[in-house]
Amino acid sequence: MTMATVEMSFTPLPAHVRTARLVATAVARRSGVDEALLDEVRLAVGEACSRAVEAHQEHCPTEPVRVALTGTDGRFEVVVTDTAVQDAGAAAGPGGEKCGADAAGGEQPAAAAKPGRQAVPAELGLAVIEGLADDVKIARTKAGLSIRMSWPSAPAS
Amino acid sequence: MDLKLDHHTKDGIEVVDVEGEIDVYTAPRLRELLIELVNIGHYQLVVNMEKVEFLDSTGLGVLVGGLKRVRAHDGSLDLVCTQERILKIFRITGLTKVFGIHDSVDEAIAARKSEK
Repeated sequence: MTMATVEMSFTPLPAHVRTARLVATAVARRSGVDEALLDEVRLAVGEACSRAVEAHQEHCPTEPVRVALTGTDGRFEVVVTDTAVQDAGAAAGPGGEKCGADAAGGEQPAAAAKPGRQAVPAELGLAVIEGLADDVKIARTKAGLSIRMSWPSAPAS
Repeated sequence: MDLKLDHHTKDGIEVVDVEGEIDVYTAPRLRELLIELVNIGHYQLVVNMEKVEFLDSTGLGVLVGGLKRVRAHDGSLDLVCTQERILKIFRITGLTKVFGIHDSVDEAIAARKSEK
């Protein structure tokens, strides 16, 4: 497994999403991603981090959101990982999610429906990511949701 | 850059000038302004996004929410935007069919007046 060029974790607060965007854009530029693609990187990373922050705020506000940025020959990859576990069953409350640490069976109080994304489905962020990133893989694991995105970059000389 | 909001009335239409980044952190302020304008009776809105540097799906949600509110009063919410980087997110999400998107505030106002 390739070691990430830059790794960061941040408390799930909306104010930190901008920082994550800025760092991701800087590392992408440094990794040789074409200037024309940097806006897409910035927006897709922002969407992934916003989604993770909202999930954490609702279910596990003390757990950090993790971002790994890796520049390898020819690709720049971003992985945003949250620990708000999706649960297909009804037990997880209206969001269908609960914190990774509690996922094994702990009771989680039902969270109130969030008014934040009024009139737009919560999945819109994921749809935007899929429209922006060159390659996207979304994986739901026991630990949480992982969004892996990548873009072409200039090979290291 | 943070978000700067201003608004003024032009030809009977309330123009909201937005400058900076609309994201998960700043979008609630835009939402509050749109709600406030509707609550005081402004149902014809033009949101000028020419100085918006960043817009994400949270911002789109706020704009759609604003549109829903004004439409409840037979109103309108039009956008002014010529920046390709911002227009792209409207295209990806199909929202170009939902909003009237214009090149200038004057054009947005003229288009709205001609529909009356």
